Amino acid sequence: MLWIEQLLNGLQYSLMLFLFAAGLTLVFGIMNLVNLAHGSLYMLGAYSAATVTALSGSYAIGLLGALVFMGLFGALLEIVLIRRLYRQDHLTQVLATFALILIFNESVRIVWGVQPLRYDIPAALSGSVSIVGDLRYSAYRLATIAAGVVVALLLYWMVSRTRVGMWVRAGASNREMVQMMGVNVRRLFTAIFSLGAVLSGLAGAALAPLMSVQVGMGEEVLILAFVVVVVGGVGSIRGAFIAALLVGMVDSMGRAWLPGLLGAVLPAHIASDLGPALASMSVYLLMAVVLMVRPMGLFFPGAPSLLPKWLRRHPPMAANAAPGRASA
Amino acid sequence: MNRITRWSLSFLACMGMVAASAAELRIGVMTTLSGAQAVPGVDMRDGIELAVKQLSGKVGGQQTQLIVADDQFNPGAAKQIAERLVKKDKVQVLTGIIYSNILLAAAPVALESGGIYLSSNAGPSQYAGEQCDSGFFSVSWQNDAVHEAAGKYANDKGYKRVLLVAPNYPAGRDATTGFRRFFKGEVIDELYPKLGQLDFAVEIARLREQKPDAVYFFLPGGMGINFAKQYRAAGIPEKSILLTSQFSADQDTFAASGDAMLGIYNTGHWSTDTDTAESREFVAAFEKAYGRLPSFYASQGYDAIMMVDAAVRAIGGNVDDPKALRKALSDSKFKSVRGKFSLGTNRFPVQDFFLRVVSRDAKGRLYNKTESLVLSNHSDAYATACKQR
Repeated sequence: MLWIEQLLNGLQYSLMLFLFAAGLTLVFGIMNLVNLAHGSLYMLGAYSAATVTALSGSYAIGLLGALVFMGLFGALLEIVLIRRLYRQDHLTQVLATFALILIFNESVRIVWGVQPLRYDIPAALSGSVSIVGDLRYSAYRLATIAAGVVVALLLYWMVSRTRVGMWVRAGASNREMVQMMGVNVRRLFTAIFSLGAVLSGLAGAALAPLMSVQVGMGEEVLILAFVVVVVGGVGSIRGAFIAALLVGMVDSMGRAWLPGLLGAVLPAHIASDLGPALASMSVYLLMAVVLMVRPMGLFFPGAPSLLPKWLRRHPPMAANAAPGRASA
Repeated sequence: MNRITRWSLSFLACMGMVAASAAELRIGVMTTLSGAQAVPGVDMRDGIELAVKQLSGKVGGQQTQLIVADDQFNPGAAKQIAERLVKKDKVQVLTGIIYSNILLAAAPVALESGGIYLSSNAGPSQYAGEQCDSGFFSVSWQNDAVHEAAGKYANDKGYKRVLLVAPNYPAGRDATTGFRRFFKGEVIDELYPKLGQLDFAVEIARLREQKPDAVYFFLPGGMGINFAKQYRAAGIPEKSILLTSQFSADQDTFAASGDAMLGIYNTGHWSTDTDTAESREFVAAFEKAYGRLPSFYASQGYDAIMMVDAAVRAIGGNVDDPKALRKALSDSKFKSVRGKFSLGTNRFPVQDFFLRVVSRDAKGRLYNKTESLVLSNHSDAYATACKQR
């Protein structure tokens, strides 16, 4: 039973990581912008959800209000500031968005104070649900899993089936060409950034009742999200999804089983030192291995596909990236 | 007014200023005021400022200047700021640091120049034992002591199988060591999540599977809030008792944890309901000034100033004589908010530790209700190693 519970934990963790990383990978891949302040958007999502919930007294209104706010805020941020960074080099972007982190953290402290905010799990989801046998699992965590799956499917549909999604995919593999074809890139970029802010804010708002809503909460997730982006391939939503599952599962399973496994082989005092250390390293080991095999990440747009031929819906896009294979 | 009177008046005024600055007391308050770890630091500063205000700005009867600085939770920055406070601002006493890693970087700056570091929170074992220093004083506790009290309580209660959770960093290991020192039952497992980890689903699943009698967790700040909330949401049967210390269950976490903390047993040396005249006065004044109940961090900041106050009075305000001030601090008889208080041979407190349970007060707010005495006149395990008495 324990392994089912740990699988659910891993799944829940992965899906939240995916929501967070999806926006990051799109902005990085399409606008070529390294946005360190993505974690601040996650924090703002949590703060706005907690505030609107406290004011309205309803969890649903709080969540919805937070998403609307994040959409508008993301668009505004893009128009006022982020837009000016696209043409700068990565160092300037890193400096500017790092400054944003500091500005957002201090602003949140000024508005909401230094004490973490209180944000409870809604009453309807506060209990636990019986899964199989005597295994009980938090109803709220199950709900976040369901929400994560729904949003991932919606996103997949949007990217692979709609016109905007087509622009997004095209923009990720060849930005200049999309501009040449007459797409209004300015508006597209604003929309993508705003979508990223909404997704990141959703992750923050969904996790907030399980965690303390506090200044700096976004920085904790940011590093893992960059691992997801790099492992998945910059700019690929599908890559981000697979990588989030990999990273989330490896991290959860490592924490769940590694200390015990080591304890069975090694003396207790070594195992108790090594276990937690290895568990927190496991994600980075995974990243190192993936980068050794596929330096551009698993699903870098434009790279030869990983899928077997019979599963591909379209012929490989990167005929010129790998000329030798064009005829094969 | 003729020219001569004006001249002599300004001369007198100058003389007055010189006289005042000669006996001015400058206290450096360095604490964590920005970033995710700032909640305890803000309470610390507020407690210290309140004490100075209560003394009408004159600690020990001397004109007092507080110089507050943010250590940014960064040992490197903390060392530089300490140098500025000690060498440029010439503070006679440095205090306020929350975290052990910051203290170990910054306290030597004050001590090496012959000054005084008065710890109002962190009590790393180094300064309690072999590296103890005649300029280092603690008005709080040695790091292990609060955990030792928890181990003692678990032992008295007859728990057989206990599981420990602490972050994987030195103070986390100290916590489990301290707990084990007084707990004679079986520690069935120790979980060491990464410092700063916020989701404990995996750890909670593991501990549920092992069905311990009690779970002792040392997870400071946001980590502890998250752990308690997630533990409650996981639907763990009531027979596994949740046990912690003031580091996870005090006024600094209640606002965010809400009812998840209600009913949790924890150990500490002081609570808002501690029954002394000083404590009642402090809690009332703090609530009036800041509109919230003080955490134990605030109480320690307040105590630090009161300890300096008593020492400065004892030496007749001669604050620029560090040797005399050190001596006066070590036999300082001040009225602590916790009641009984004295310093051991290593200049760390010898004091009582209590069991508290998180309850609701008349106004519906969460507070720690003092239940029983757990350790009486408790010193620390390192005092005997301190040679510099």
